[in-house]
Amino acid sequence: MIPAPFDYHRPRTLDEAIALLAAHDEEARLVAGGHSLIPMMKLRLAAPEHLIDLQDVAELRRIGGDGQALVIGAMTTQQEVIASALLAAKCPILRETALQIADPQVRALGTIGGNVANGDPGNDMPAVMMALDARYRVKGPGGEREVAARDFYLGSFDTALKPGEILTHIIIPTPPEGHGYAYEKQKRKVGDYATAAAAVILTVAQGRCTAAAVALTNVAPTPLFVAASGQALVGTRFETSAVAEAVRHATTLAHPAADQRGPAEFRTHVAGVMVRRAIERAKARAA
Amino acid sequence: MSDAVETAEARTQKLEGLGTKRKRVEDARFTQGKGHYVDDIKLPGMLFGDFVRSQYGHARIKSIKKDAALALPGVVAVLTAAELKPLKLHYMPTLAGDVQAVLADEKVLFQGQEIAFVVAQDRYTAADAVELIEVEYEELPAINDATKAMAPNAPVLRDDLQGKTEGAHGKRKHHNHIFTWEVGDADATASALARAEVVAKERIVYQRVHPCPLETCGCVASMDKINGHLTVWGTFQAPHAVRTVASLISGIPEHKIRIISPDIGGGFGNKVGVYPGYICSIVASIVTGVPVKWIEDRMENLLATAFARDYHMTGEIAATKEGRITALRCHVLADHGAFDACADPTKYPAGFFSICTGSYDIPVAHLTVDGVYTNKAPGGVAYRCSFRVTEASYFIERMVDVLARKLQLDPAEIRRRNLIRKEQFPYQSALGWEYDSGDYLTALDKALKTVDYAGLREEQRRNREAFARGETRKLMGIGVSFFTEIVGAGPIKNCDILGLGMFDSCEIRVHPTGSAIARLGTISQGQGHATTFAQILASEIGIPAANITVEEGDTDTAPYGLGTYGSRSTPVAGAATAMAGRKIRAKAQMIAAYLLEVHDDDLEWDVDRFRVKGAPERFKTMAEIAFAAYNKVPPGMEPGLEAVSYYDPPNMTYPFGAYVAVVDVEVDTGITEIRRFYALDDCGTRINPMIIEGQVHGGLTEALGIAMGQEIAYDEFGNAKNVTLLDFFLPTAVETPVWETDHTTTPSPHHPIGAKGVGESPNVGGVSAFSNAVNDAFAHLGLVHTAMPHDHWRVWKTAKSLGLVS
Amino acid sequence: MAKMHIKLTVNGRAVETLAEPRMLLIHLLREELSLTGPHIGCDTSHCGACTVDLNGKSVKSCTVFAAQANGATILTIEGMAAADGTLHPLQEAFREHHGLQCGFCTPGMITRAYRLLQENSNPSEAEIRAGISGNLCRCTGYQNIVKAIRAAAERISTSKEAAE
Repeated sequence: MIPAPFDYHRPRTLDEAIALLAAHDEEARLVAGGHSLIPMMKLRLAAPEHLIDLQDVAELRRIGGDGQALVIGAMTTQQEVIASALLAAKCPILRETALQIADPQVRALGTIGGNVANGDPGNDMPAVMMALDARYRVKGPGGEREVAARDFYLGSFDTALKPGEILTHIIIPTPPEGHGYAYEKQKRKVGDYATAAAAVILTVAQGRCTAAAVALTNVAPTPLFVAASGQALVGTRFETSAVAEAVRHATTLAHPAADQRGPAEFRTHVAGVMVRRAIERAKARAA
Repeated sequence: MSDAVETAEARTQKLEGLGTKRKRVEDARFTQGKGHYVDDIKLPGMLFGDFVRSQYGHARIKSIKKDAALALPGVVAVLTAAELKPLKLHYMPTLAGDVQAVLADEKVLFQGQEIAFVVAQDRYTAADAVELIEVEYEELPAINDATKAMAPNAPVLRDDLQGKTEGAHGKRKHHNHIFTWEVGDADATASALARAEVVAKERIVYQRVHPCPLETCGCVASMDKINGHLTVWGTFQAPHAVRTVASLISGIPEHKIRIISPDIGGGFGNKVGVYPGYICSIVASIVTGVPVKWIEDRMENLLATAFARDYHMTGEIAATKEGRITALRCHVLADHGAFDACADPTKYPAGFFSICTGSYDIPVAHLTVDGVYTNKAPGGVAYRCSFRVTEASYFIERMVDVLARKLQLDPAEIRRRNLIRKEQFPYQSALGWEYDSGDYLTALDKALKTVDYAGLREEQRRNREAFARGETRKLMGIGVSFFTEIVGAGPIKNCDILGLGMFDSCEIRVHPTGSAIARLGTISQGQGHATTFAQILASEIGIPAANITVEEGDTDTAPYGLGTYGSRSTPVAGAATAMAGRKIRAKAQMIAAYLLEVHDDDLEWDVDRFRVKGAPERFKTMAEIAFAAYNKVPPGMEPGLEAVSYYDPPNMTYPFGAYVAVVDVEVDTGITEIRRFYALDDCGTRINPMIIEGQVHGGLTEALGIAMGQEIAYDEFGNAKNVTLLDFFLPTAVETPVWETDHTTTPSPHHPIGAKGVGESPNVGGVSAFSNAVNDAFAHLGLVHTAMPHDHWRVWKTAKSLGLVS
Repeated sequence: MAKMHIKLTVNGRAVETLAEPRMLLIHLLREELSLTGPHIGCDTSHCGACTVDLNGKSVKSCTVFAAQANGATILTIEGMAAADGTLHPLQEAFREHHGLQCGFCTPGMITRAYRLLQENSNPSEAEIRAGISGNLCRCTGYQNIVKAIRAAAERISTSKEAAE
């Protein structure tokens, strides 16, 4: 319940934060909303000697867009994502997903950046970002770069972030107007991580699927982008066989750990159900 | 005449007595953050205690290195078994006649067991010190399966019991065996089973769960060395028993010990027993001379404090072809963990499990219970049920459904054919209980009519057809539960805890200006005693409840009682309250007669006054009598207006109820939606309907948790699972449905106000209703019995085994 | 690791204290400031008994370092009643509708309900249940809590209308 001691820093700018990270290297951790890191620190599963609090770095807090892409600062809270009229209009899967993360108090402080950056396979936003083909802007001592969400997750708590780098913004190519979307998540109770969850983004023209992306949460050490599932839908009218094939690709790729939610076989099965339902709901929503 | 009637009604209303939905007096402080819980206590010089706990389920301790911890600034002491041995405190007696290690001596027997107690200036330093203590272990094979505990080559768990072939409850037949308890007629039952037309046999496991009150256990122990006086504030559901036990094991005389239960954030049985944290805090305070606080965190609470259930029950139920039950046989394998710390009345190592003939007229029955040790946390306790009553009720309610399946009878109908009839009360059960009162058929009829049971079964029929045609992937289930509880322990002749008879008490003092204070031997943990016991008194002595202060929990002032658990407060302390109130009224009558210059018998009681029979304009109110008690009592009478009652109940009480649960099970995901839950409770006289309803809501929510997902499980190495709130299923407001409550009222004939107690009924009845509903959803496809918890994956597994999912 | 200077506004009062950076906000409130209304019920940020209102948000104070709260404005249950002792409609409604039993979840629950009603002045039953899904209760089964919050919402709206 009581964390180990540490020194606390609250930088005012991104460059200051990067400099602090560089100075303290492996002994430092960034804290955004804190609701992934601080519980671990309380159990002493994480014991950084330096904590760098990003709450005052103004440039990390914004939601904007230029028609081509939506840009969300990493320190945007889940509550702010839910409340954003721009995101609700342009990319409604974000709101739908955020509402299924944790509980109101956690969402008040928990950030979208924290959710995508820490590599926890249980987090919900990474699969959504993969489905949206989002990119993460990352800044470090060597400068700025962008990494595709689909390339970002290497293993459990292992991402493409290099030492000293901070994920600063999420860039989402604005989905076409009238796109279909859904985030289907089965969980034991409100606030739980997913037994399995599926994110689907698709577009439909005259009843035919013109684009589709499917990604899975918590059924592997990383979120899974299932390219073959999307491909199985493109060009079809979502016939039972096409959807079944999309599901099959997903359940083949899924390899969840057995945990208190159930054995691997069950969680894989649920992944399939989530994919099927997400496709059906996305299709129903597509204009 | 009508004026007098209205006035009497108005006066009755003003009293806010029995039957009133009186708002709670406790709420003023709780809604303003002014509750006074153990962790709120801050005393000058107070130190903090924290435990080093075993990471293994079974291991020898080879060494404990304390030096680094002792060297940390702010650390005052580190206690291990070595420090407690000379004080003979490294083991403590349990409530079940066993002993429990306070700090592990050479061996640890369950994951989370206490090994060392650090005492430091603040809780942060204590936590740091805990990390610095190094324990060297030699891991041993662990037993996590009660059915393997008595295997011939099972590892020895209790080195301290080596060679002891007799335990507190008789012969031990194996080194991991604790007791065998037997009741009923073995031969008659065997013969009835042998010649029965139908016998259904089933194994019913009630999984290990945990009461998990929102406030964890803790205490502040303060030894005043100058006066030789020990004060302990703590999360104690039985403060007087704790005082007596503390005196016996510490040697400090009882009059020099004061135990105080302040506000308690939920008990549910978790806070009945004595934990190592209490003993270590007391020792640490004696050693250091300053107060020592110990508050466990949630993981410690779930890992190491008293669990509930873990009963492996095998039942055989015999019946005629028409479904009339003729015999019941049950064997229970009871998993008590590493130490038998069960909180039961002494003579009942399996509690009141023998209520397992339930609400049914079963002529002959036989029960045997074998308790065993395993490498799990010690216990168990009555988690919101009287002693082992939910296990018993779950057992019989499942067995009756299993029998119904076998006979292809409707579950409500088979109950109707077997329910004890009203004329049969008081009813002698085959396993030795005398049920006080009941009108079961009325309750069943009311329940079934209110939910339109016939309509539900018809809807289910259509749902099953639709499912078969592939039109839906949800199966509707209807669960019926008709439970009889046995609460209000209990008559001294058969109920005692460590030799302390299970009476309870109430002491009342009326002040000159007509208000009063009452003190009880019980202790509320949310049940609202300060509100409800004042209501009982208001009706007895005619003083408004608002003018009666009710206090509990301070052993220096409260009369001796055995505390609050097992729904015993209303049946026992409530009776004591009524009886003490009647003594007050009896004295008041004599004073009134003296004041009015009439004979005692010339007076009659009228709500809040005594009036002269035939001359009602001549009366004395209780307020007037109270003042007179202090200056104008009849010659020869002592002044004052005070009474005490220690009540030895003649019997337990038997609340009952009829619950119906309607669920929709989605086979593809294993998700069960609770569509509707109807609970009819009969707790006899209803003191405060608002509080009763609240108790039912809360108990049903706990039942939901238990039935649908709660479990403390152990792997084969003795690693405990589900010991944080991430995995230990506590429903939120979203999972919890709207509860429909209803009632009938069948007073207890032996209780002074006819009340039976209700706090635990919903947990008892609820668990069976939920489990019966989930089982019912699959019954037409061949399912006989599937065990709780009915979480997603287990329900899906059942669906898969029946060929319903690909 | 050395203690930091922490400045907060708590229940309308400016406070200053020293605390280690790792001190959890819940401990600062309870131990340094003697505000024992918010409680600790778990170790994994699930139960919500520690909920306070921080800079206009419902926050689990067991998952925030006092250092992170430096400079913040905090409302706890102790600050809900008016200065003259008039109870907040939520506090009254909880009593009126029996929305509490042991009282341990109550400070966090009422503090959360307060912010919920600020965010949504007319919540439906489902919205209330979702709105308090971060607050566990073991005693009440939530039903009367939902009723109390509903009643408080109505009362607050009515008095707002009356004031206008």
